[in-house]
Amino acid sequence: MSDRDHQREDDRTPGSHQASVLVQVATYTLGLVLALGLTAISFWAVRTHMLWGPGVPIGLCVLAIAQMGIHLVFFLHITSGPDNTNNLLALAFGVLIVFLVVAGSLWIMSNLNANMMPMPAMMSPQAQP
Amino acid sequence: MLGKLNWSAIPFGEPIPLVTGCVVVLVLAAVLGLITLKGWWPYLWREWITSVDHKRIGVMYCMLALVMLLRGFSDAIMMRSHLAIAAGTSQGYLPPGHYDQIFSAHGTIMIFFTAMPFVVGLMNFVVPLQLGVRDVAFPTLNSVSFWLTASGVLLTNMSLVIGEFARTGWLAYPPLSELRFSPGVGVDYYLWSLQIAGVGTLLSGINLVTTILKMRAPGMTYTRMPMFCWTALASNLLIVAAFPILTATLAMLTLDRYLGFHFFTNDGGGNAMMYINLIWAWGHPEVYILVLPVFGVFSEVISTFSGKALFGYRSMVLATMCICVLSFLVWLHHFFTMGAGADVNGFFGVMTMIIAVPTGVKIFNWLFTMYGGRVRFEVPMLWSVGFMVTFVIGGMTGVLLAVPPADFMLHNSLFLVAHFHNVIIGGVLFGAFAGYTYWFPKAFGFKLHDGLGRAAFWCWLTGFYIAFMPLYALGLMGATRRMQHYDDMNWQPLMIAAFVGALIILAGIGCQALQLVVSIRQRDRNRDLSGDPWDGRSLEWSTTSPPPPFNFAVLPDVQGEEAYWGVKQSAIEDQRLADEPEYEPIEMPRNTATGFVTAFFATVTGFALIWHIWWLVILGLVGAYAVFVIFAWREEEEYVIPADKVAAIDRERRRSREQLLAARRPA
Amino acid sequence: MTATTEWRDTRPPTSDPHRIGRGAGGGGGDRVTGHGAGGPADKRTVVGFGFWIFLLSDIVMFSAIFATYAVIEGATDGGPTARQLFDIDNAWVETVCLLFSSFTCGLATIAAERRSAVWTQVFLLATGLLGAVFLALELREFIDLIGRGAGPQRSAFLSGFFTLVGCHGLHVTAGLLWLGTMMAQVWTRGFKPNIARRLMCFSLFWHALDIIWVALFTIVYLFGVR
Repeated sequence: MSDRDHQREDDRTPGSHQASVLVQVATYTLGLVLALGLTAISFWAVRTHMLWGPGVPIGLCVLAIAQMGIHLVFFLHITSGPDNTNNLLALAFGVLIVFLVVAGSLWIMSNLNANMMPMPAMMSPQAQP
Repeated sequence: MLGKLNWSAIPFGEPIPLVTGCVVVLVLAAVLGLITLKGWWPYLWREWITSVDHKRIGVMYCMLALVMLLRGFSDAIMMRSHLAIAAGTSQGYLPPGHYDQIFSAHGTIMIFFTAMPFVVGLMNFVVPLQLGVRDVAFPTLNSVSFWLTASGVLLTNMSLVIGEFARTGWLAYPPLSELRFSPGVGVDYYLWSLQIAGVGTLLSGINLVTTILKMRAPGMTYTRMPMFCWTALASNLLIVAAFPILTATLAMLTLDRYLGFHFFTNDGGGNAMMYINLIWAWGHPEVYILVLPVFGVFSEVISTFSGKALFGYRSMVLATMCICVLSFLVWLHHFFTMGAGADVNGFFGVMTMIIAVPTGVKIFNWLFTMYGGRVRFEVPMLWSVGFMVTFVIGGMTGVLLAVPPADFMLHNSLFLVAHFHNVIIGGVLFGAFAGYTYWFPKAFGFKLHDGLGRAAFWCWLTGFYIAFMPLYALGLMGATRRMQHYDDMNWQPLMIAAFVGALIILAGIGCQALQLVVSIRQRDRNRDLSGDPWDGRSLEWSTTSPPPPFNFAVLPDVQGEEAYWGVKQSAIEDQRLADEPEYEPIEMPRNTATGFVTAFFATVTGFALIWHIWWLVILGLVGAYAVFVIFAWREEEEYVIPADKVAAIDRERRRSREQLLAARRPA
Repeated sequence: MTATTEWRDTRPPTSDPHRIGRGAGGGGGDRVTGHGAGGPADKRTVVGFGFWIFLLSDIVMFSAIFATYAVIEGATDGGPTARQLFDIDNAWVETVCLLFSSFTCGLATIAAERRSAVWTQVFLLATGLLGAVFLALELREFIDLIGRGAGPQRSAFLSGFFTLVGCHGLHVTAGLLWLGTMMAQVWTRGFKPNIARRLMCFSLFWHALDIIWVALFTIVYLFGVR
């Protein structure tokens, strides 16, 4: 392995982005504006009463996921190109694991909570009717 | 000044730990004294402690595992001998508090400090050689990983003499492991040693994933990688995905114990079930982290000693990657009885049965590899065949346990204990021994003694069956795990049988110790001069035994599957090697004490945290940061091996290769 | 090496006659480094990819804490709830600080690629200052909550809150320590290849913290006050 750090055409690391200064700065600025915009909408959505209440959580999730996507594309420069295959596959694996851990835990725990005696009741059984 | 630490931490009242502790300290002092007397310190420091060579680090991992196997096994034989007598009116010789520490330490040590270092060591040693590269992606990080693991080992073993170990079982379930019910330092020893060793494992996982995905010899496409590299990739992906969960879970329990948080406590709204959920979200992938690499070992061994390419390579790859993902979908089967509904239990039960399918695919592939082959029953092959028979039984009982109603009967019984020993001894340990015997000549340049190896295998195999088959029966009769005493005298004969089995395993371990000593003494008789003692098929056998620091003088240009076998066959046919390549100077990473010093500060910090010595904690952390800065400012990271030296080493190799060609001349 | 010899299939013909196990025999179209035919990747790619894997593992760690928080969010044990405690304006200012610091961090990367020491230092300093403001705001919130009797020992919900937000804060702190060290290193050593690689890793780390913060403010603060 040599210390020469020339980037190969066919393999890139996350975060590497080759373009002129102007394009690079423009990318970051666009990313910032989009991220700020999405954040602002999120914060606005919880304050306002103009929106249909039950729809807000779903909207917030969508906005958050969109914003993460913005960060990945504009700041971490993850693309779908062939030079990024490994980065994207690793990301997909990570997202899958995150999903399994969070969704699995929530499913299991809600099920357990529904079936099991709540903890305070278990601590003082005589209080049960 | 010293926090909770005072003289009462030394167990003067308990003879067993005290005597054991004294013996261990004496042996350690004797070894250190011998090293000092013989003047070996400079050599050890230069060639091993500060080494960043993946081969040296791999060997050190395996040695650590073998030493810890002895420690874990002595716990095991104490439990078995105790249970052989603790029936009816007899109380045995281990008081309950001590017995609880022993089974907790046995589980913790065998999983974290025997099985893990063994498979990580094998991967470390073999993967870069099989991929045809000179080292792992981050050599210094590799050294840090190893020494952090060693630091965890040290802390766990300190608990033998200073303080106590956890009495909570190997996974330290709350609320028992909370401060209210375990006020001593035992659980703190458990938490910090696992936390430190876990960080080491995580870093080594990142290192190997990067190595396999980004550092392969030219032409080594994914579908040309040896099977062991594939299983190593899957295993390390699992490490990267699962160990952070362990880190988070243990950290939350630590916060409960140290700062009065309420994650898993009974009061304050805590939820102990969440700990059990999370620890198994790590714990089940962990099982596959251990067993996948040894599946790779068996693939290599069976194909080599059957003289055939692995049957169904692609289906094997697919099965491995399926297991990699599916292993994250089954964790609830460890707590079917905790109260989830039928839908949840049903889903995880079915997923557990599904994961047996890719495993079955692998078994059939190995059988078909042997079918029609010219099988040589060398010692590694014996372990592999022993594995196939034993592991299938373990797998069957596993599928039985995956049926939730059956699990309700068998949960926490000795049946379960028999099942997981069946897969971990019959799978992981047999595989580790197969790999150890198989790659030993590559690491040291001579083979292990054959007869003693066979004796060890037969002792382990029969010992295993005699020790654990009775436990299946006992489990069905209602005996529970972690039981210190029983009243039903009908159980005693089976308990005695299990103890006899453990004694036979002890004989096997004795054979292995003797084998190592005899092999080293008779090393000239068993030299491997060719570098290819088993007629191997992958690239590690194309270099010398032991390989030079740079592994390959010129990176191999891989032209097909089984990179080395094809080249070797055509060279034997033509009776000539390829033309001598042009040698170039090679840059290799420089040795560094970073790993050792980091682990030193980690040990200090861990010890200080366990005993609440806060000034020492700060000192340890500052020290760790200082190491980071000094390492960052290091001037030279690499040294150069000049071309003529490379050429001299490689010409030596080519000479022995030519002899090999002549010896294997086709009829 | 003997490796230049032509490859030949020398397996006995009966071993796998239909070639179930094998593909068409390698070679083929996947001559891309990432797919392994080009030999070991260059150091920058290796380091960047390794760090990327580390970041993914870090995100998995956060996911375990997120899952715990989601499970115990309602377990207030009779104590204050999210709606009573959280100050959404504070969270908004914190978010803006982090977003801008991510932006300046990106600018620092651009400057570093152009080997402009002054601009790199300026943007790194800006990143650090914004990060420090974020941290100060977070600490102020923590102290305020503890002062109101809503410390982490009060209930499982608050334990989860302090751990989740605190863990992110700890990452920011570590990032600041790293940032300071990097600035000193750029100052004394200039842009040697290894330092350039470390800067790249730092920027990856800093951007990843932002991604975690997006999940955090949505799930903790916005879901909390809703």
